[in-house]
Amino acid sequence: MQTNASVVSFRSVEKSFGALKVLDGVDFEVARGEVLVIIGRSGSGKSTALRCIDRFETIDSGEIVVCGHRVSDPKLDLRRLRQDVGIVFQSYNLFPHLTIEENITLAPCAVKRISKAEAKRKARQVLAQVGLEDKLNSYPEQLSGGQQQRAAIARSLAMQPKVMLFDEVTSALDPELTGEVLKVIETLAADGMTMVMVTHEMGFAKGIANQVVFMHRGKVREAGPASILTSPATSELAQFVGTGL
Amino acid sequence: MGGSLNANHFMFLLQGALWTVGLSAIALVGGGIVGFIIALCRISPNAIVRIMSAGYVQLIQGTPLLVIMFLSYFGLPAIGIPISPLAAASASLTIYVAAYLGEIWRGCIESVPRPQWEAAEGLALSRTQRMAKVILPQAIRIATPPTVGFMVQIIKNTSLASVVGFVELARSGQIINNSLFEPFLVYSIIAVVYFALCYPLSRLSRRLERHGGPGRLELEAA
Repeated sequence: MQTNASVVSFRSVEKSFGALKVLDGVDFEVARGEVLVIIGRSGSGKSTALRCIDRFETIDSGEIVVCGHRVSDPKLDLRRLRQDVGIVFQSYNLFPHLTIEENITLAPCAVKRISKAEAKRKARQVLAQVGLEDKLNSYPEQLSGGQQQRAAIARSLAMQPKVMLFDEVTSALDPELTGEVLKVIETLAADGMTMVMVTHEMGFAKGIANQVVFMHRGKVREAGPASILTSPATSELAQFVGTGL
Repeated sequence: MGGSLNANHFMFLLQGALWTVGLSAIALVGGGIVGFIIALCRISPNAIVRIMSAGYVQLIQGTPLLVIMFLSYFGLPAIGIPISPLAAASASLTIYVAAYLGEIWRGCIESVPRPQWEAAEGLALSRTQRMAKVILPQAIRIATPPTVGFMVQIIKNTSLASVVGFVELARSGQIINNSLFEPFLVYSIIAVVYFALCYPLSRLSRRLERHGGPGRLELEAA
């Protein structure tokens, strides 16, 4: 069954929005320190699968276990799950009324109940990790898109999650800013962070993924190491990477 | 005939105007507190709480303030609860303003973009923490212009308290006119005083709307 090292596991996960089956028997496992990249066309169910990990979507059947939490259990303690899982969104979603430092210290102070001084120290540390030490007192609107997304990553990191989710985090950015965000994610991967990401950056996926899951019409059509992107086994993936490159 | 307008009449009008301001303040504070609770109830995860608060809003918005005034001033004593004009006017306005402010504020809370709620949830903040630290500070910015605008309605609506014998600005005008029989002059003065009270608030509301709330003004000044 489930190995001890497994951080995220999906077993026969099914979900429908009305008559549309968005997840149709999805299985995958992410081991500690591994980077799983989910790819697929719009509407293939990849973002829904990612959002199920943090229970932003509930599933109809099957089982999801994340860091020992049974996510599919209706009685799950959501706040404990979300202390273990960090999520970064396409639209950054920084809190516009707070400075970058306040954005980062909010959850550690409110949820983990650490002291203000300790949280500020941690904020400086995670901002250094994403190269934004000088933006401590800026408001989100004063930052570029790439900087905002790096600050959002720092905000997640400050909660010391066991796994990080990235939901198309560079889709709103132009190529130059995409690069600076991807570099931060690469550094995290090199430091051993367990990650699940949905991305359209095929070149990046090839470089960073330990495991690639290609979703097609709610099913995992093909899965394997990053090499499947260069030598796909199914015609659907061949067509997808053919158009994606 | 009752002679001409003199300083005593103006003192009397001033007193009435002060009661109008006082009653407006009572309505704003009372209606604001109850309205805030209504707004939170309207978005409660509990369906019964949501339905009951929606029912309250529907009921009050479908009832003339005049009728609420009559009910509290004449109705309550009839069932054995004596009430003063001030108490009746304050209670009626609080009930009335709460329904409208509750609905305005619910809209403001819900207009904070959905991803903001999700980001706060993703950081494991509790529902109360999400409200207090993420959603409400943003909702207050959105809510300030319409709330200031609604204060104009409150000030004008306090004139209905005259029907329960409460001597505010409109009622003091009536009383003066009863002795002077100069309705055009007296009510013109009353109209000007109401306008002088309301106009600065309308201006402020429009100004806040353009600048996107008080927080933004501070930011720009800094």
